[in-house]
Amino acid sequence: MTGHHLAFGHLSYDLAHLLGGAVLVLSFVLLYQRRLTAVINSYALQAVALAAAAAWQAWVQAAPHLYLTAVLALAAKGIAIPLAMHAIVRRLKVDRSLESALGIFPSMALGVGLVTLSILVVLPVTPQAQTLTREDLALALSVVLMGLLMMITRRTALTQVIGFMSLENGLILAAVSVAGMPLVVELSVAVLVLLAFAVFGVFFFRIRDRFDSLDIGHLDRIGGGHR
Amino acid sequence: MALLAQGLHVVLMLAAAPCLVGFIRTLKARLLGRRGPPILQPWRDLVRLARKQPVLAENASWLFVGAPAAAFVATLAAAALLPSFARGMTTSGLADLLVIAGLLTAARVILGLAAMDVGTAFGGIGASREMLFATFAEPAFLLVIFTLSLLAGSTNLDVIAGVLQGPNIGLRVSLGLALITMLALAIAENGRIPVDNPGTHLELTMVHEAMVLEYSARHLALIEAAAALKLLVWFNLIAAIFLPFGLAPPGAPVAGWALGLLAWGGKILLLALALAGFETSIAKMRVFRVPEFLGIAILFALLAVVFLFVSQGFA
Repeated sequence: MTGHHLAFGHLSYDLAHLLGGAVLVLSFVLLYQRRLTAVINSYALQAVALAAAAAWQAWVQAAPHLYLTAVLALAAKGIAIPLAMHAIVRRLKVDRSLESALGIFPSMALGVGLVTLSILVVLPVTPQAQTLTREDLALALSVVLMGLLMMITRRTALTQVIGFMSLENGLILAAVSVAGMPLVVELSVAVLVLLAFAVFGVFFFRIRDRFDSLDIGHLDRIGGGHR
Repeated sequence: MALLAQGLHVVLMLAAAPCLVGFIRTLKARLLGRRGPPILQPWRDLVRLARKQPVLAENASWLFVGAPAAAFVATLAAAALLPSFARGMTTSGLADLLVIAGLLTAARVILGLAAMDVGTAFGGIGASREMLFATFAEPAFLLVIFTLSLLAGSTNLDVIAGVLQGPNIGLRVSLGLALITMLALAIAENGRIPVDNPGTHLELTMVHEAMVLEYSARHLALIEAAAALKLLVWFNLIAAIFLPFGLAPPGAPVAGWALGLLAWGGKILLLALALAGFETSIAKMRVFRVPEFLGIAILFALLAVVFLFVSQGFA
């Protein structure tokens, strides 16, 4: 292997790996929660972990623009969006308990399967890359897949949006762990998510006005006779 | 030398276990704005109970009478095997994690059988719930042992603590996941708050207290002592595996133990603080949610194994 080989025992590798692992564990926490406010708080925590991971990568790679990514993640996704979501939940006065389409334990078990899958996919196809990048890529792909899983298993619109944004956390995690990713890409992804959040916010109110609930199941009724 | 360390360790475990329970109770009372009992209260309770005449049910068999002592001895044996302040004690060759898990399970099974012995409904309910939790807790513990043995190349706790103390282990995602699993298991195994409430005798959802409801006097004293010892055993397990700092290496001089003792006290204190804080901030969960809670512990342990296997297989 060329360059400086990173392995276990190096602080830079260990901490990056651990922070990536923390983001992944918080994805599981998101799947486990049964209350809307707890889901939002877990999402905020995941964003904070992501910001820490980005800041650590900025330090390791000596790439100052990653600090900007970290600050953006912390300010927008760690503070602003969760606060806005809490406000939406308060104003909509929706039912704050959640149900999962699959049940908590089966969806967590599926999550473990997805993590295994992403590790099995990423590690064999990237033998040339640095160890640090490979394992972080596997973690990031797991977070993305977990976000998709959350969008599938959760029934309310708000939690589906959180699943979407947690998916985007995985993308940012992948972006920061690859050295040399230009800032433009991250910025555009971040802006896109903010825009999407604004659009979703409008949709919440429309759905709520129409059905008195954020349960997606109601939308099936107007979807036509596919069943 | 090793024998001296062993003796000191056993005495320390025995003396500290009730004090630990008392300390946590006091701490929780303070957090709730009460003054709370003195830290030595569990010791006083034990002494008072030991002096009293036991009352036995008419149909109690030898199993019922013998179970408390057997459970206490099994727990004590597990406690004696763990390294607390120094590695390389006399029993360090026996300190296999599988042996420790087996001893703790044996104590649990004996108490479960004794709870069903006199045939009261409450004892049966408690025993069945305890066994239900055990079916989920055991595989999670075994997976954690598997993770550690993959890392250290041995299931011996003394060796594992030595390897984890070493410089080339670093921080690992697998270890973090194993720690989460162990914390969940420690809570479930000791019947602490989200799983079971240790401070009540009058609740239909209780588990451990329901099992020992028929016991009195010196039998109850032994059971309480075993429960306190078990809590200390779990604290000690977590401290030895995940916080092995300050553990005196084998063959260290007596003076070297001072640091180990100090570090041990600090670690136990830290865990007690964390437990008291956690317990006061969370509500008890429904009994039927506990298997889910423990199932998630299993999943995290499985994830730890996956990470380790894969990073060793492909890296």
